[in-house]
Amino acid sequence: MLPLNFKIAIASGKGGTGKTLVATNLFHSLSKTGIPATLADCDAEAPNAKLFFKSKEESTSVVTQKVPVIDESKCTYCGKCHDWCNYHAIFFLPQPQVIKVMEELCHGCGACLAACHFKAITEKDVELGVVTTYTASNHNNLVEAHMHAGVYSPVPLIKAGIQAAGDHQMTIMDAPPGTSCPFIQTVARADYVVLVTEPTPFGLSDLKQSVETLREMKKPIGVIINRAGMGNQEVYEYLTGENIPLLMEIPFERSIAASYAQGKLITEADTLWKSIFLGLLDKIHVQWK
Amino acid sequence: MKIAISSTGKTPEATIDKRFARCSYFVIYDKESGGIEYLPNPVKDAEDGAGPTAVELLARRQVKKIISGEFGLKIKPLLDNLKIQMIVIQDEKTVGEVLEMLENQN
Repeated sequence: MLPLNFKIAIASGKGGTGKTLVATNLFHSLSKTGIPATLADCDAEAPNAKLFFKSKEESTSVVTQKVPVIDESKCTYCGKCHDWCNYHAIFFLPQPQVIKVMEELCHGCGACLAACHFKAITEKDVELGVVTTYTASNHNNLVEAHMHAGVYSPVPLIKAGIQAAGDHQMTIMDAPPGTSCPFIQTVARADYVVLVTEPTPFGLSDLKQSVETLREMKKPIGVIINRAGMGNQEVYEYLTGENIPLLMEIPFERSIAASYAQGKLITEADTLWKSIFLGLLDKIHVQWK
Repeated sequence: MKIAISSTGKTPEATIDKRFARCSYFVIYDKESGGIEYLPNPVKDAEDGAGPTAVELLARRQVKKIISGEFGLKIKPLLDNLKIQMIVIQDEKTVGEVLEMLENQN
C-alpha cells in the first residue's frame, strides 16, 4: 500500500491531453473504494474538476497579496523604492515629482518597504483569488483554487490550494498545463507525477519537455497514453528508449469522449475502468518503493 | 518641444514600430533645435513592466508627445497624468516621413 498521505500530481506539458479525465476518475475510484482522498484542482486559471462531482461547499478562503501604498506627504522622492523594485512596479519621476504604484506588476516581495527610510510606504492586501473546499462524499474532499481574471500568476493560489488539501490523506493534484511556474509549483509537492500524453508529435514534443523538467526535479514519473490508437508509435518508442513506465492506455473511443463531454466519469458507468484506475496505484507503488 | 517616435531601427528609413514599449529604438526629435536622437530601447525585451519604464525614460527627457502604433493599457493613465500626448499612427510610415510631417507642422 502507498502511504496514506501520498501525493500524486497528474500533469502534462500539452494542454487537453486528459489530465482532468485521469485525475477525476482516479479520485472517484478511490472514493468508491473507501480510501480517504482529496482532489486538488491546481489548474487555478481554469479549474473544472468540480464539474464532475455533486459536492457541497464547506469553506472558502480568500488568497491575497501585499502591495505597497505610498504616502505622498511623507515621500521625499528619493527614488530608492523604485530602484529596488525588480518588477518595474513603481513608476517614478524626480522632475516633475511623480510616484505611482503599478499594482498589476507588483509581486508583493516587500523590497520597497525595506528600501524606504521615510516610513512613506505601508502595505495593503489585494485579492488574487479564492480557494474553496467542497465535500464530495464522506471522506473525500475537493479543493479548488480559482484565480481572479487579470492576476499575473496563479502560483500563490496553487500554493494555498495544496495547503488547504492538507497532509492527512491521499491527494490527487490536477496540475496546470505547461512546464513553467504553475506546473513546477504543483509537482514540487508531489511524491509521484503521472504524465498524461497522446500519441501525436505534439504530445511527444511536450512530453519530452515535462520529462526533462521532472528529471531535473528528481521526481518519479510514469506515463498514461490517452487517445491510444490515433497518431503514431513515436511516443511508445520514446518511453522504451528512456525507460519510462507506461502506466495505462486510454483508447481513442467516441464513447469516452462523449461521456467526458457530458461531465460524466468513465469509472462510474463502467466498473472495469474503476479497477483499471485502482490498478494504477499498484503500479505506482511498485515503482515508488 | 520634444517628440518621441517608436522605431524599428536607427535610421530615417526604419518604419514606426507598432508596439510602443517593445520597439527597437526611440527617435527623439527636438522641434526647437531640430536635433534628432536615436535611443536604443533598454526595455525592448523586459519580462514585464516595459510600458511604465519606457514612459519614465521618455518623461525624463521632457518628451511631450509620443508617436506609436499602439499603447498598452497600463500606460494610458500614466501618460494622461503626465500630460504627454499619445499619437497613434497605424500606417506603414517611415521615421523619415513622420519627421518630415513634424517639421512642416507649426
